[in-house]
Amino acid sequence: MIKHHPSEQLLTAFAAGTLPASMAIGVSIHCDMCEKCRDEVQQLTSKLAATEFSLAAKDSSPAEPSKEALDDIFEAATAENTGSSDDVMLMDFGNMIDAITADDEISEQAVQRSSLIKVHGKHYELPKALNNVRMSNWLNLGKLSRSSLNLDEGPLHSHILHIDAGGEVPTHTHKGFEITLLLDGSFEDEMGTYVAGDFIELNGEHNHKPRTDEGCLCYTVADDALQFTEGFHKLFNPIGSLLY
Amino acid sequence: MNLQQSTSTAPSGTTSSGNPRRMKSSSDDRAPAELSDYLMAVAADRDKRAFAKLFEWFAPKIKRIAAQKLNNDAAGFDITQETMTRVWRKAHLFSPEKGAATTWVYTVMRNVIFDAMRKNKTQQAESLSDDIWPIEDQISEEIPFQDHLMSRQLSELVKKLPPNQQEALTAVYFKQLTHEELAKQLNIPVGTVKSRIRLAVTKLKQQLGADHD
Repeated sequence: MIKHHPSEQLLTAFAAGTLPASMAIGVSIHCDMCEKCRDEVQQLTSKLAATEFSLAAKDSSPAEPSKEALDDIFEAATAENTGSSDDVMLMDFGNMIDAITADDEISEQAVQRSSLIKVHGKHYELPKALNNVRMSNWLNLGKLSRSSLNLDEGPLHSHILHIDAGGEVPTHTHKGFEITLLLDGSFEDEMGTYVAGDFIELNGEHNHKPRTDEGCLCYTVADDALQFTEGFHKLFNPIGSLLY
Repeated sequence: MNLQQSTSTAPSGTTSSGNPRRMKSSSDDRAPAELSDYLMAVAADRDKRAFAKLFEWFAPKIKRIAAQKLNNDAAGFDITQETMTRVWRKAHLFSPEKGAATTWVYTVMRNVIFDAMRKNKTQQAESLSDDIWPIEDQISEEIPFQDHLMSRQLSELVKKLPPNQQEALTAVYFKQLTHEELAKQLNIPVGTVKSRIRLAVTKLKQQLGADHD
């Protein structure tokens, strides 16, 4: 059973669309596997929608549209304000309605394809959130394999990480933060055992040594390249560069 | 002018939204309950008046929100155009049972803004938002097609379609009329017949897909 969920703060930012893509993908994959968070996101989204539209309405000038304007439906569409500087915008809005409705195309609902990836002879279904993300070739180091995801987000690096049965990552700490979303299999560390769907957020306070008996596949996001250059650098450089 | 002609030649009584109730002035920040009806009217009938009503309520707010988030007035305008275009084209994907019209339009806007901000910040042009926030009830790739149960289910679903879509579907698929023949019979443009059938088929696919998840 999934025990680790994204924080309320992360779920809210996810619903609002303000997370970087790599983080949003992690939350999205979790929600795909966790009904509770999916429902919560739905509720947060509807709250955000109400709040944001309501705030945007309050920002508007309180000018009332005239009755005459309301009589014509297309004028009404642009009768929000009467200030002269807004007239240009209103006229543009009128054109916009015409331009949009002139095209009778409808968008078919997208068919979601699923892609399989093969790591160490095992096949896994790739999360749908990654359908359009480019993945690098797999780099291997012992029982660890990783493919980095090209999201172009500066210091935020995301990977698909595979640990073969019986593998482990030597003790390390996180200077920044690290998010691990367990996609398949299980692993454990000093803090407990994790199963598929678990969303694990770690920061500098945590010190851990994940190991897996059955093997596992994870989606990871980390934001700090420096963590491996201090102290552990000499010892863990190969793993440091592999994991970040 | 064109608009008025095409709406006035639509068969009467097919939609209750042909004469939408007046919405309260836009200084009232609460979302009017009619928004949901307007979305449904756009989905069912490509109702331009209903769309204008949606536009009236949403567009100025979307522009403000987007201009603020992207810190750019012109971008706010583009986001509004893209969001409202998607609302026009995707209205059939809205289900009132699942949530408010404001929530649905908000998610459309959020996705447009997300992709736009990513395009500003990165070198990548791929749109990721529809993968990150998938629309519910995605059609799965294989819809298991079976037997009599399916056709019974299908006819139940057909009965739930708006009357003009039912009519178009029945005429073309069961009475074997061509699009042109039906258009002539109803005295409407061929394009309207085609779009009704397309909407009907899309809706059916969506519902069949949902039930077979």
